[in-house]
Amino acid sequence: MTISKLLLGAASLAMIAGAASAESHMAETSDKRIALSNNYAGNSWRQAMLQTFEETAEEAVANGVVAAADAYTTSENQATEQAAQIQNMILQGYDAIVLNAASPTALNGAVKEACDAGLTVVSFDGIVTEPCAWRIAVDFAAMGREEVDYLASRLPEGGNLLEIRGLAGVFVDDEISKGIHAGVEEHDQFEIVGSVHGDWAQDVAQKAVAGILPSLPEVVGVVTQGGDGYGAAQAFEAAGRDTPLIVLGNRQDELQWWAEQRDENGYETLSLSIAPGVASLAFWVAQQVLAGEDVPKDLTVPFLKITQDTLDAALESTPEGSVANVVYTLEDAQEVIAEAK
Amino acid sequence: MSLLARYRIILPAVSLAVLLAATFWMQPRAMSYFGLNLLFNLAVPIALATIAQMMIIMVNDIDLSVGAFVSLVACITATFLNDAPVLGLAMLLALIVTYAVMGAVIHALDLPAIVVTLGMSFVWGGIALFILPSPGGSSPGWLRTLMTVKPPLAPMAVVASVVIAVVTHFLVIRSGLGTVLRGVGGNARSVQRAGWPVIRLKALAYGLAGLFGVLAGMALVGLTTSADANIALRYTLLSIAGVILGGGEFTGGKVSPTGAVIGALTLTLASSFLSFLRLSPDWQIGAQGAILILVLTARLVFRQKRAEA
Repeated sequence: MTISKLLLGAASLAMIAGAASAESHMAETSDKRIALSNNYAGNSWRQAMLQTFEETAEEAVANGVVAAADAYTTSENQATEQAAQIQNMILQGYDAIVLNAASPTALNGAVKEACDAGLTVVSFDGIVTEPCAWRIAVDFAAMGREEVDYLASRLPEGGNLLEIRGLAGVFVDDEISKGIHAGVEEHDQFEIVGSVHGDWAQDVAQKAVAGILPSLPEVVGVVTQGGDGYGAAQAFEAAGRDTPLIVLGNRQDELQWWAEQRDENGYETLSLSIAPGVASLAFWVAQQVLAGEDVPKDLTVPFLKITQDTLDAALESTPEGSVANVVYTLEDAQEVIAEAK
Repeated sequence: MSLLARYRIILPAVSLAVLLAATFWMQPRAMSYFGLNLLFNLAVPIALATIAQMMIIMVNDIDLSVGAFVSLVACITATFLNDAPVLGLAMLLALIVTYAVMGAVIHALDLPAIVVTLGMSFVWGGIALFILPSPGGSSPGWLRTLMTVKPPLAPMAVVASVVIAVVTHFLVIRSGLGTVLRGVGGNARSVQRAGWPVIRLKALAYGLAGLFGVLAGMALVGLTTSADANIALRYTLLSIAGVILGGGEFTGGKVSPTGAVIGALTLTLASSFLSFLRLSPDWQIGAQGAILILVLTARLVFRQKRAEA
């Protein structure tokens, strides 16, 4: 390689970098380091989330937007462990922490310490209530309400519903369930006749539903929290009962099952959940805060809905064993920030 | 015997020092007042929980409910103790009494402690979920102040660890009652023959465990500022590992309070160290186990050498 070629390469690199800096405030954040503090990696949603974060981070580092973006996951999904992890990140000298919290409140002490040490903390999905942190929240209650609204539009006659909840004692579970119950109050032709905890996992949900089914009258609909719809469907089938209208949660196995049912007997339903790509949104929001952008503390991210019309496209783009996803870009983040202002 | 007692504390102390040196080398920022506090403040509740576990192991039992119990205390502290201090205090006292009664029942009916405490862990968990169905509550102001106090010379985490170690050392090793309690674990029958009411001693040991469990939960809420029903579940295994790492033994009567505190600090530091190493989380639990096995192997080697000599 000749020197002139080298120079040419360097010049074009500089141009690319210059172009990038114009739109992303690169000059200010190229020496900043961002860490992802994640509490759990044991399901398809979290795996997809980690992968999206890593892809986004790798690209951002390669483009010189930030100096480093590392992902850390605690091994036992415990708030005390994650608090220690956050304190370690302060010691490691990170400039910002992107946080998916094990508890909305139990990390407040550690988050406050990070803020006091001058770090930017952006929480998403599992958000924290500490006022110094940014929150990218999903309106989980609205998600619960929307499920019942959809059922009401499909089943105007109403009937008995089975509720599958998530992990007991977790904020998200509580919020979605509240939304569902608010929806049922509004559409009083429905009645929740049974409620089980499926822990957002198909196998747990299947066992729980199979256990409660014999004691239930006819069920017309199942309201879920995601990751539990396929297990519920299997339990209904095994019990020899008619498959009710099950609201799904964007998992690949659920979508696959839905497509099969649709081809077989024209089954129609709705699938909704938040996209694991929200981690990439949180990354860009943290970058914008570091760049000195004025970002409101509370941001909302829309949930990802899959309908009968978009089923095939969603199924095609979702790898087996994973969950339907959207990767957010810097522009998406700027749009979300502008909306919140 | 004094040589043995000294040996018991040397190994945990050396493990902590080695780990600390390695951490400082990797992360020089930790080598400061601020850094030491960040590194160790969450070890304070773990140290208290480890002492609670040690009280039980001391009388030759094992407590599988420590984590759930500390979680329950945290929930009560963040709700009742904050909103209605008298009621909250009464509830915490009732918990300690329950623990003492549990000890008496285990002895009187000759039940296996491992089964009773496992059962009780579900009771504690249920009550905690009942009190705080979703995470929340807030720390009483005085508790938060106490846990974030900045004493001169050494950070809170270090001062607290030393205080816990000294107080429990006098309670368990130096005091007459402590000696008898250790005797219960070593040989309950001979303690009984000597005219001591073993059932009351066992109740006392369990009561002390309850007391330190309560302190652990309160310290935890002071640090985190709020609670949830699952907040301290991992303390069960951490506390057992801490006692053993600190030179205690399952055979009863052979415990070291100072060692238990050092064991808790070592375990906390070990996970920070692994995180500084950027080890994948999939390997971290395994690596923590490896550190534990390493220390226990070293202890075995030491003991064999001593037996030969």
